[in-house]
Amino acid sequence: MATEIRIPEGMELVYEYPESLAKKDTHYCPGCTHGIVHRLIAEALDDLGVRERTIGIAPVGCSVLAYYYFNVDFVEAAHGRAPAMATGIKRVNPDKIVFTYQGDGDLAAIGTGEIIHAANRGELITTIFINNAIYGMTGGQMAPTTLPGMVTTSTPTGRNCALAGYPIRMSEILAQTEGAVYVTREATTDLASIRKTKKAIKRAFKVQVEGLGFSCVEVVSTCPTNWNLDPWEAMEWAKENMTEYFLLGTYKMTDEVKALKV
Amino acid sequence: MAKELLEGNVAFAEAAVRFGLRAYFGYPITPQSEALEHLSKRMIEEGRVFLQAESELAAINMVYGAACTGVRVMTSTSGPGFSLMEEGFSYIAGSEVPAVIVNMMRGGPGLGNIQPSQGDYFLMTKSAGHGDFHPIVLAPASIQELIDMVGLAFELAEKYRTLVFIAGDGSLGQMMESAELPPMQDLPKERPAWAITGAKGRESKFITSLYLGAENLEAVNLRLQAKLAEIRENEIRWQEYETEDAELLLIAYGIVGRICISALREARNAGLKVGLLRPQTLWPLAEERMAELARQVRGILVAEMSAGQLLEDVQRAVAAKTSVHFYGRLGGVVPMADEIVDKLRELDEETH
Repeated sequence: MATEIRIPEGMELVYEYPESLAKKDTHYCPGCTHGIVHRLIAEALDDLGVRERTIGIAPVGCSVLAYYYFNVDFVEAAHGRAPAMATGIKRVNPDKIVFTYQGDGDLAAIGTGEIIHAANRGELITTIFINNAIYGMTGGQMAPTTLPGMVTTSTPTGRNCALAGYPIRMSEILAQTEGAVYVTREATTDLASIRKTKKAIKRAFKVQVEGLGFSCVEVVSTCPTNWNLDPWEAMEWAKENMTEYFLLGTYKMTDEVKALKV
Repeated sequence: MAKELLEGNVAFAEAAVRFGLRAYFGYPITPQSEALEHLSKRMIEEGRVFLQAESELAAINMVYGAACTGVRVMTSTSGPGFSLMEEGFSYIAGSEVPAVIVNMMRGGPGLGNIQPSQGDYFLMTKSAGHGDFHPIVLAPASIQELIDMVGLAFELAEKYRTLVFIAGDGSLGQMMESAELPPMQDLPKERPAWAITGAKGRESKFITSLYLGAENLEAVNLRLQAKLAEIRENEIRWQEYETEDAELLLIAYGIVGRICISALREARNAGLKVGLLRPQTLWPLAEERMAELARQVRGILVAEMSAGQLLEDVQRAVAAKTSVHFYGRLGGVVPMADEIVDKLRELDEETH
């Protein structure tokens, strides 16, 4: 459990625990970037003052227990179905801020249909998509976003695209849908990219607060445990390899979204 | 409300609107698409939620999401769509949220056809998804009963926080007869205390079907089983016709139960002392009453539009106390009353 912070006399608190984040230790591996992204979401919800009207949808994957780590209401979806559940929630509760938190297996393999149609309908929800190119929870198997040649427990000699197909670029696909108004691919590979990701997540939620359309932030992340790298090496590997195939940048931003002050 | 001529699919859809349906998510499939079409107009007129989903899989997960927020929600489908929804059924059962699903059964397996069938009995009563659970299954035999059961389905779903299925078939969905719709109900202003509504002025909370640790999940399962036992105790429903002096007993549900009323009259006219037990709930099933009647009659004839699914439960319930015969038609063929009477005559001769 996080301990309470005592501020020594004469000092000022400049950085604190976000209210939208539960004061709990996570089960994530050392060096995992889920914790970073959780915090960025919590900060965005705090900044926008929407914590008390937010409903999150947890995925199946390493972040299946995300509902323990946020101090907001949550539901737990079946694998890949978070956008459908989010649709059901948002349609009957249009005043709520509804977001899905999904990994690459969840969003880009088993749940491809649900995310594309939710985006295309312009559901007023926000999706945070963690792309670390691997199935973490089940033990390091190939993900839809596993890079060509990348060794996983189900591609032991490296991903052979002739057999296993190619890594799928979801942000590019989602950006093609009429209903999506903001689609961006960010990263958590260094401080600068994390700060940029924070801004993108806040913008994505702001899009929803303003009712502009579907918003999605893909976050290129790491999995030191299943990549068999230490956390620092994993960051470097992601920068050198992941962002070569998954180019960072904003794939869709309508004028209305551009005009938002974030 | 006056009686009016109504088609089954339109009747249950309109009944749902009047019983306070807040949201409908569905995918077109014959023989129940008229319900979705009706709701596409009526729900919007009422300022409520209608959404045609991209698949039955998405539809049931939309239902699941809306149900977590404590509103009356439903979907409707037929066999192939029902199979796709099983994933969602299991999560809804594990999460203990209320939801109502209408299944207008059609011939299977596979794509089968679009004729009426009762081939989803096992699916609805025993295997609606992975894990240990039973939904409540209601089986209407007329459009009036279908209408009334929509209201009952919502009440039971909310009372027990469970899935409720309405087991219809293609003929019930497609036929027209005169029936009375309920008056328009107001939507409830409040959400139930368990609902996910945003953590305003209270601790944040969540709804999940995930329980790590064998003992934790066993405890949840035992609680679910206790709830099922309570449902078994309180919610078994059936109707009997001329069972007081019956020597032969017909058991049939839904539209076949209704055909059996004609068969019963024909058989009585021919001098056979026939009674009928028509289950109105398929789960829980009137097993004790079947066992009682089994001691009274010489034989039982189960009639179904399947290869003998209810039959297995009847055999189990009566535990060889009497001879159990079966008459089933398959592939969308509807049994005729005189075919059932012929079978009753055979049963009469064999058990004399």
